Amino acid sequence: MDASQGGGAETVLRLAGITKRFGPLVANDAVSFELRRGEVIALLGENGAGKTTLMNILFGHYVADEGEVEAFGEKLPPGDPAAALAAGIGMVHQHFTLADQMSVLENIALGTQRMFAPRFDRTSARARIAKLSQDFGLHVKAEALVADLTVGERQRVEILKALYRDARILILDEPTAVLTPLETDALFATLEMLVARGLSIIFISHKLNEVMAVSDRVLVLRAGRLAGERATAETDRGELAALMVGEEIRTPQVVAHRAGEPVLEIEGVSAAGQGTGAALDRVSLTLSAGEITGLAGVSGNGQAALAALIAGTLVPASGQMRIRRETVSGWSPRAALAHRIGRIPEDRHAIGMIGDMNVTENVISESYRSPRFSRAGFLDWKAAREFAMSIIAAYDVKCPSPEARVRLLSGGNMQKLILGRALDGDPAVILANQPTRGLDVGAVAYVHSQLLAARERGAAILLISEDLDEVLALSDRIVVMSKGRLSPPSRRGELTVREIGELMAGHGVFDTGESHAA
Amino acid sequence: MEAFEILFTTSLWVAAIRIASPLIFATMGELICERAGVLNLGIEGIMTVGAFAGWFAVYAGGDLWFGVIAAALAGAAFGLLHGVLTVPLGLSQHVTGIGITLLATSLTYFIYRIALPEVTSPPKIESFQPLAIPVLSDIPLVGPALFNQTPLTYLAYATVAIVAWVLYRTPAGLAVRAAGENPSSVEAQGISVTAVRVGAVMAGSALMAIGGAFLTMSAFNSFFFEMINGRGWICIALVVFGSWRPGKALVGAILFAAFDAYQVRLQQVTGGIVPYQVFLMLPYVLSILALIAVARRATYPKALMVPYQKGER
Repeated sequence: MDASQGGGAETVLRLAGITKRFGPLVANDAVSFELRRGEVIALLGENGAGKTTLMNILFGHYVADEGEVEAFGEKLPPGDPAAALAAGIGMVHQHFTLADQMSVLENIALGTQRMFAPRFDRTSARARIAKLSQDFGLHVKAEALVADLTVGERQRVEILKALYRDARILILDEPTAVLTPLETDALFATLEMLVARGLSIIFISHKLNEVMAVSDRVLVLRAGRLAGERATAETDRGELAALMVGEEIRTPQVVAHRAGEPVLEIEGVSAAGQGTGAALDRVSLTLSAGEITGLAGVSGNGQAALAALIAGTLVPASGQMRIRRETVSGWSPRAALAHRIGRIPEDRHAIGMIGDMNVTENVISESYRSPRFSRAGFLDWKAAREFAMSIIAAYDVKCPSPEARVRLLSGGNMQKLILGRALDGDPAVILANQPTRGLDVGAVAYVHSQLLAARERGAAILLISEDLDEVLALSDRIVVMSKGRLSPPSRRGELTVREIGELMAGHGVFDTGESHAA
Repeated sequence: MEAFEILFTTSLWVAAIRIASPLIFATMGELICERAGVLNLGIEGIMTVGAFAGWFAVYAGGDLWFGVIAAALAGAAFGLLHGVLTVPLGLSQHVTGIGITLLATSLTYFIYRIALPEVTSPPKIESFQPLAIPVLSDIPLVGPALFNQTPLTYLAYATVAIVAWVLYRTPAGLAVRAAGENPSSVEAQGISVTAVRVGAVMAGSALMAIGGAFLTMSAFNSFFFEMINGRGWICIALVVFGSWRPGKALVGAILFAAFDAYQVRLQQVTGGIVPYQVFLMLPYVLSILALIAVARRATYPKALMVPYQKGER
């Protein structure tokens, strides 16, 4: 993937003046660019910058309000995915577009045969898939049900879907968001092979290191506009980050310091899984004062159950929990709050906040029973409002008033409210489950600095994150979760990314005995 | 012992297959709709429309097969209405379906009154007659039950085979199933989800209407009010019982029909001791028990009752 080869090659795709509005929001504002043969363009931008919208217009899911798309010199009719496919554009969506209860073959060949043919031709489809997976090293069983595949395999199916239709341009929307580091490496190798065969690729991401690794050219989108364009070889992460947010970002520095007494001890706990996630299998974990323990892992491996356990919404089936050396009995959400466990839940919309209630109501939702906010069974709205005002001021929450409905706030501001609520009264334990998911770079830095400040004040923090970079940046100790089991803890810097990746994939220590992280 | 011996009488199984036939048509129709992701509670009303349309077409001088086609077209028209309301407009499938049932039923009665203002007893038509299939119909017990029925029953058998073939062996069936599993997979392959779903609901509704027409054209010779009598709702349950698979749903339809035929005969045997209402209840109690046993493990279409809006954020 050499930047220089892009120069003379033919233009395969041209976007001119694409503008798309959703109500008052301008998602794309006069975006134009060109893609050349054999080139990898990275489309970089924060969440909500308009990357996915732009690609959905290109692929015909949305109709642009203004502007046009040209593929191989032909104008594409707007709003017609069939035309985009016919023009050789393939798209791997961020949320896979696969039917789970159908086979790989059926998913790939869907829509490629004459609709009212009396018979679906499996034989030829199977042969073609076999050839493609051979050619591109994308191994996947054609007759397997999609439901039985791993995330990495599903992504291979999505890429095969595009190749099956002879795609010459491949769009990948946040393709690494769901992959382990090993799977990411495999994906990058595949991309390299595709480019060698003359395909052109648009790679959408908000991860700077990936963009630097795979692309020839970087387009930065900010608030729907093209904020800049750089040849990858001539830029660096700092410049790209600044382009993305429009200002310099100061990443908080982690100062090493000694951990204190153990605060929360989990010993040999097994518990039911949450939703489709794995169950906890004899998990042991100790959280100590003044220490951030980072938990890495691919989602669905038991993180949800562990978080629910600490938050008090899940009761262990077996095993013990101790808080400050005392064994816990009668575990419940209220008990968790009484033991000063501050909770930053994974899904701020579904669990963290009640969208249709206002800011004041939301910030007192964990403490409305305390004498601070209620007298003789009546709420003290004055005190509650003052509390809301103090959080709004201290955490710089942008909202019209404490009476504003939370639904109307941005993700970052909602997360600040949750932080304010969770950190109120100096919690002894902080459960931070995906605290920065979906936040922009500025908000991420803010959340990180608050977590580090809480660590300075002596809180025992568990940081659960699918973003390995985040775990590596903040944690004093790292544990890895796979299939409901926990790896032994390692000190900061002790393991390489590759080693952590292997633990995430379930190799190594998980085979026998109790899973340990004492 | 007498109660047990009924099971080996030819008349029981002849009746069972006759009772099953309309259920088979309508169940296949509902199954197609649900496989595409659209619950069609309009079934009860669409069966009423079909029963009337088929009968009236013949009463007005049409050929019997012309009546079947008329019923199918009338059903498809209501299917189009249900499809347009629930797919592109994305309205609640429950509410729309119940609305379709109320509308279709009332409209049918209204047209009946307008068309035949002066009749007191419903006029009869020359209906489909049993057609014995040579050799096969001579097999003891099974022969008369399966192979000495009216042509519409044979069409019902064929419908199951055709629906199974289309769903699993044709590109169109693939698209229907994918639309019920994950509509975005259909859209991403350049096929219109709206077209697939509305088409499936129309085809399914046509089958429901033929199921209704069976009653007036093959079972009772005439049309009267309330004749569908909850059969549509039974078909909704049969689809679940059959785990959305045509073959299993067929077995369910025959089982239910057999219970129904059995309870009528059982009433005569034990008459007077047990109130007859208990027997009337029997097939329904059994179908609830069967649902509990079978349907809890069923994998239902993932996108059933989930409207798909293109370009939604």
